[in-house]
Amino acid sequence: MTAALLETHDLAVSIGGKQVVHNLCLTLAPGERLAILGRNGVGKTTLLHTLAGLRAPEAGEIRLAGDRYDTLGPRCAARLRGLLAQHQGDAFDASVLETVLVGRHPHLSRWDWESAADEHMAHAALAAVGLAELAQRSIHTLSGGERQRVALATLLVQQPRVYLLDEPLAHLDLNHQIAVLQLIARRVHEEHAALVMVLHDVNLAAHFSDQALLLQGDGKHELGTSRTVLDAASLSRLYGYPLREMGDEQNRWLAPEIATPALQNRVADNASGSTALRETPM
Amino acid sequence: MKRRRALIVLAMLAVLALLSLLLSLAVGSVALSPGAVLAALFGEAGHGLNAGQVGADSMAREVVLNLRLPRALAAFACGGLLALAGALMQVLLRNPLADPYVLGISGGAAVGALAAMLWGVGMGLGLGAAAFVGAMAAMGLVFGLARGDGSWTQTRLLLTGVIIAAGCGAVVALMLSLAPDRQLRGMLFWLMGDAGEAVAPLSALMILLVGLAVAMYFSRELNLLTRGPLLAATLGVNVTRLRLILYFLASLLTAAAVTNIGSVGFVGLVVPHLVRLLLGNDQRLLLPAATLAGATLLTLADTLARSIIAPQQLPVGVLTALIGVPVFLFLLARSPRGGPT
Repeated sequence: MTAALLETHDLAVSIGGKQVVHNLCLTLAPGERLAILGRNGVGKTTLLHTLAGLRAPEAGEIRLAGDRYDTLGPRCAARLRGLLAQHQGDAFDASVLETVLVGRHPHLSRWDWESAADEHMAHAALAAVGLAELAQRSIHTLSGGERQRVALATLLVQQPRVYLLDEPLAHLDLNHQIAVLQLIARRVHEEHAALVMVLHDVNLAAHFSDQALLLQGDGKHELGTSRTVLDAASLSRLYGYPLREMGDEQNRWLAPEIATPALQNRVADNASGSTALRETPM
Repeated sequence: MKRRRALIVLAMLAVLALLSLLLSLAVGSVALSPGAVLAALFGEAGHGLNAGQVGADSMAREVVLNLRLPRALAAFACGGLLALAGALMQVLLRNPLADPYVLGISGGAAVGALAAMLWGVGMGLGLGAAAFVGAMAAMGLVFGLARGDGSWTQTRLLLTGVIIAAGCGAVVALMLSLAPDRQLRGMLFWLMGDAGEAVAPLSALMILLVGLAVAMYFSRELNLLTRGPLLAATLGVNVTRLRLILYFLASLLTAAAVTNIGSVGFVGLVVPHLVRLLLGNDQRLLLPAATLAGATLLTLADTLARSIIAPQQLPVGVLTALIGVPVFLFLLARSPRGGPT
């Protein structure tokens, strides 16, 4: 049995006095995929950055392929785990190809320049996300969805063993959402990597993850196999909004109840969640 | 292949820089041929066949080595220092509009220098020392205040620096209004920048070389920093350490330049921009290219400043702007990428 790629023991994370999780013990073996779900502002990104070693946990420890971040050092860590951040800050202009090549940094020694092999890899990554013909374009001319896919290509050339994705589907249209998740899932499977992603789409999360972690917002969490954790009852509780389960044994789909005036009253009545969605009926 | 292109570009810029130095040694009240300049620089005295020839040779030697060379080297080194410091500040603040003076280093130097002049310190080493102390005080003040709550964000750093610079500007204005008339002209010239009074051109050149070497050592990490601290940290850069190094390096380079030739404007803001328009934003090429371009620009500007209406001299900062503005606007207009940002 190979060692776990990502492990936490009694991990506690808090931000600004607010508890995100405590006593989190998770283990991701090679090939395993974890989806993190929770309402806006519960600390999904904070947890992901903590797992990436970019901020210190409040308590507990994180092991990346068996080692703690402080023994690995930033450079070794960068070869083991990669993060797709929520925002890409482009203060200065650059070409798409240059932006993707940035991901090779942890693999190059200090005075190295990117080799032809690196460029080849960058072109392949751009082709994989469907942007092969944009290699020479300026990143300032890209749309939000295209920029998101460039960031994903940058992550691909980094070739990490643990992929940490913060809302990888942001700005993407439907076909690209599926394509991106399939691409990542294939990568994770082929390279025996591990995947942690923050998602908002419960159906895609159920389809593309093995484990799911629900952050309740009060420091409590629910962790288990996606099949058991991602059901209508838990998710209705998580989002404070009723969801209904449909489908057969093979395919399950979770859909929010359509907002009717009667439902609105019900939601308002048991509004334990202050942010329960209230849509006016059409 | 990218690296080869970079080396070719840098070699061409280096040739231009050397030509500008040669020109500045040749031009002046006694015009010399390039051959005469080279002979004066590298030849041995007393080679001539007759006494008159020897006399002309030694006169040329005297002019080149003692009068023009220190001044040309000062302009050359400080142009490089300012352009490099500007490029580094733009990375540190992730803002293409940052220049070496934005964080108050030149303001501190100006306060130090003008205070020394008011106390009666003449041109020379004492004035340079006062300017340097002022610059270091501003650097320490900005650093301490920006770090006040333990965070070290670029917004807080920028705000602190801009406020300290504004405060220094007020103190400078106060000292100018209090200064007796006979000192006023010297003070104004110091503020506009003057390579003729450089105190230590060789040490400026040494600081430039060391600074460039340090910057090049971190150049690929700087590339990552331009793309945001989070991405840089994810890819293995110790962002806090890198930003501290960057802050102190850019501040020291600026202080070395300002101490020698005063607050010459424009070079530090626009040369990095110009190079970025022409060559892109890869710091491995941008930093040395901006250094060479800044050195060339200031050397040419200083040569013009002392020769256009000789024997009278113009402030060199005026000329850097007069040369740089049209060149920059021309490049901006024909830039295919549609802007320097």
